[in-house]
Amino acid sequence: MTKDTEKQIGKRPGWFRRLGMGLSRTSRRLVDGISSVFTGRKPLNVTTLQEIEDALIAADLGPQLAARLVAELERYKFNKDVDSIEVRSFLANQITKILEPLAQPLPELKSGINCWLVVGVNGSGKTTTIGKLAAQLRGDKKKVFIAAGDTFRAAAIEQLAIWGERAQVPVIKPAGSNADAAGFAFEALTKAKAQERDILLIDTAGRLHNKADLMAELQKIVRVLKKVEPQAPHQTLLVLDATIGQNAMNQVETFQQIIPLTGLIVTKLDGSAKGGVVVALAEKFHLPIYAVGVGEAIEDLQPFSAQDFASALMGLDEAADT
Amino acid sequence: MSMFSGLTQRLTNVFDKLNQRGILREADVEAALRDIRIALLEADVSLPVVKHLIDEVRRQSVGEKVVKSTTPGQTVVKIVHDQILSMLGTAAPLNLQAEPPIPFLMVGLQGSGKTTTTAKIANKLQHRYGKKVLMASLDTQRPAAQQQLAILGQQIKVDTLPIIAGQKPIDITRRALQTAKLSGYDVVMLDTAGRLHVDEELMREVVAIHDLAKPVETLLVVDAMTGQDSVRIAQSFQQALALTGIVLSRMDGDARGGAALSMRHVTSCPIKLLGVGEKIADVEEFYPDRIASRILGMGDIVSLVEKATQTIEKDEAEALANKMQKGQFDLNDLAKQLEQVGKMGGINSIVKMLPGMGKLQEKLAEHQIDERKILHQRAIISAMTKLERRNPDIIKASRKQRIAKGSGTSVQEVNRLLKQFQDMQRMMKFLGKSGSKGLMRQGLARLLNKGF
Repeated sequence: MTKDTEKQIGKRPGWFRRLGMGLSRTSRRLVDGISSVFTGRKPLNVTTLQEIEDALIAADLGPQLAARLVAELERYKFNKDVDSIEVRSFLANQITKILEPLAQPLPELKSGINCWLVVGVNGSGKTTTIGKLAAQLRGDKKKVFIAAGDTFRAAAIEQLAIWGERAQVPVIKPAGSNADAAGFAFEALTKAKAQERDILLIDTAGRLHNKADLMAELQKIVRVLKKVEPQAPHQTLLVLDATIGQNAMNQVETFQQIIPLTGLIVTKLDGSAKGGVVVALAEKFHLPIYAVGVGEAIEDLQPFSAQDFASALMGLDEAADT
Repeated sequence: MSMFSGLTQRLTNVFDKLNQRGILREADVEAALRDIRIALLEADVSLPVVKHLIDEVRRQSVGEKVVKSTTPGQTVVKIVHDQILSMLGTAAPLNLQAEPPIPFLMVGLQGSGKTTTTAKIANKLQHRYGKKVLMASLDTQRPAAQQQLAILGQQIKVDTLPIIAGQKPIDITRRALQTAKLSGYDVVMLDTAGRLHVDEELMREVVAIHDLAKPVETLLVVDAMTGQDSVRIAQSFQQALALTGIVLSRMDGDARGGAALSMRHVTSCPIKLLGVGEKIADVEEFYPDRIASRILGMGDIVSLVEKATQTIEKDEAEALANKMQKGQFDLNDLAKQLEQVGKMGGINSIVKMLPGMGKLQEKLAEHQIDERKILHQRAIISAMTKLERRNPDIIKASRKQRIAKGSGTSVQEVNRLLKQFQDMQRMMKFLGKSGSKGLMRQGLARLLNKGF
C-alpha cells in the first residue's frame, strides 16, 4: 500500500477496499488481458474469444470453466460489436450468478451447544481463521470456547492460545504433545457442553487430502463428537488458501468424501492470487462460502459478497471509480 | 482416481483414435496440442509459460518427425516431456562454498512451509553434512512462530537463537549473525515471517534483512499447490531479493506441481529441494525428470525405488527391486510391501509413482485398492502357507475358503487380492523388461503401445 492511498482512505482501509486492492491486482491483469483485446468496439471473433479465455485462466478459473464462460459469451455476442466493459460486465454477471446462492453469512447458532470443526490442508490458515471467528462470535455476545486441536504442528497450540487472548475467549489445550486428536475433541466438547457454552470452535492439524491415515483421523474426530452430541459437528468448515490453483478441486472433493463439509472459508484473498478457483468450486460442489480472510489482523475475516467478488475479479469496481 | 486424468492417458486416447484412421495430419497435431495445453493448465503451469512451451512443442512436432512416426502419441509426449525437462533445468546443490558462518535466508508467503523447511534443511546440514547450524526465527508476525522453530530445534537437536520478546526482525538478524560468528557456527538459517509479495512494507523489511545478512542462499519456499499466481510471486521475490533457489513444499500432496515449471522458467532460479512430508527427514533433492513426469501425469518409478530405500532395509529394497525387474515378485514380497506401505504414504502414492499411472490407477480403482483394506490384505497373506505365497497359482477354491476363514475375510476378498497381485506382477515384469535406465521413456512408449 502506498502512502498516498493511505492518506486518501484514512489510516486503515476498510476490508472491502483491501480486498478490492488485492483483487484489483489480479483484475488489472485480467482487465489488461481483456482490454488489450479491445481498442474501442469491435466484433467478437475467435481470436478475441481465445484471448478472453486466456485471461480467465490466468485468474485460476481453470481451463474448463473458462471455456464454458467464453462459450456463453460467444452465444450471446458472437460477431456483434462489443467493447471491453461490456465483455467484463457480461462475465461478471455470469460469475455472480454462480456465486450468489453460495455467498452466505456465518451460520446462525442453534440453541444449546454448537460445534464447528475447522479443517484444511497445511498452511491454509485454519488457526488464524479460528482466532478471527472467535473474536467475531464473541463480538456477537456469544459464549465461545476454542479447542486447540492441532496436536501435531509445533507451537500450534501456543499460537491459538495467543489468538484466544486477543479474542478474549478461553482456549482448551490437550494434555500432552502428540495427544490423540479425537480423544481431545471429545473432551473439549464435553467440557463446552458442561460449561453451557454457545459454541465450540475446534482447530485441527493441517492434513493433505491424499493422506489416508490423517483423513481417517478426521473421520474418527467426527465419530467421537457425535457421541457427545449427535448433531455435532454442526458445521464442518474447510479453510482454503486462495493462492492454491486447480488442486483446490481435489482438496474439496476428497475432504467432502471423508467428512461432509458444510461450507468454505477462503483465506489470503489480500494477495494477488484471486482465487478464481472459487468459482469453479462453487459450480461443482455448491458449498456455501461463509467468509473470506483478507489480512492478518483479528478483524480481517469478512462476509463473502458474490457481486463484489465478481466485479473486483473483472475490474469493474475500478471502472466505476474512474 | 484424481479428477484430472494424466496427459499420457489423454493423448493415448487421442492418438488411438487417430491411429485407427491411419493417417496423421498437421491438424491432428494441433488437436493434440490443445489437449496438452489444457493438461498443463490443469497442472497449474502458468499461462505464459504454457504458451511458450506449446510454441516450442509445435515447432518440433509439426515437422516430419511426428507425421511420419508410426507412434505419434509417444513422439509428441516425448517432445513435451523433453521440453519440460529442459525448461526445468538441472538439479543444484545447496551452496556451502563460503566462509562460515554461511547465512541462509528463507522467504515466502504465509503458510508456504518456511519454518518446517528451515528445520528440515538444518537437520540435513547438521546431521548428514556435519555442519554446525544455528536457526533463528525472524517471524514476529505470526503468534508463537518463534516458539515453533525453537520446539523444532529441540526435536532435531539443532540450536536456535534464544528468543528475546519484542525484538524487531532486523535486530534478531544482527544478533543471529553475531552469535553465529562468535560461537563458530557453519551455517546460520534465518526463517522470516510469511509475507505477501504485494505487501510493500513487509517486502521492504525483508530487503533490509537481506542487505544486512548478505545470504549465500536466499530460498523461496513455495507450496507445490500454488496456482497461476506462482509466476507473480516468484518474480516479485526475485526482483526484491535476488533469489538463489526455490524450495517446493507439499510435494507429497497430489498437486501436479506446474508451479515448479512456471517459477523456474520466469526466474531462472534452480529448484533446490522438495518437501515431501511432515516428518523432518521428508526433504528430497530435485530431479527434473520426476517433476516433468508428474506434471504430465506420467508417474515416477525412480522416486518409488528411492523412497523405498529410505524406509525399507536397504538390502531388502535391493532384493525387491531385483525381483521386480526380473518379474519374480511373489506374495511374500507383496506382504513385505504392504507392511511398508504405511511408511511410504499408502498404496495410492506408490501407484502414482509408477509410469503409466493414468490407466493403471483406473484399473486399481476398479479393484478398489483402499488403504483401509491393507490390514485385511496382510491378514489374507498371513493365512497362506509358504508354498501358496510362492506359487499363488495353486490357490484354488478350497484353499481360498481356508484362507478366507483363517484371515477372517471372505473368498471375494481373497480373490480380489490375488487379482491385484497378478496385475502388479504383470506390470513389474513389463517394467523390468524395459530396463532400469530407459525405463521412463521406453516404459511409457510401451505403455502407450499396449494401452496397458
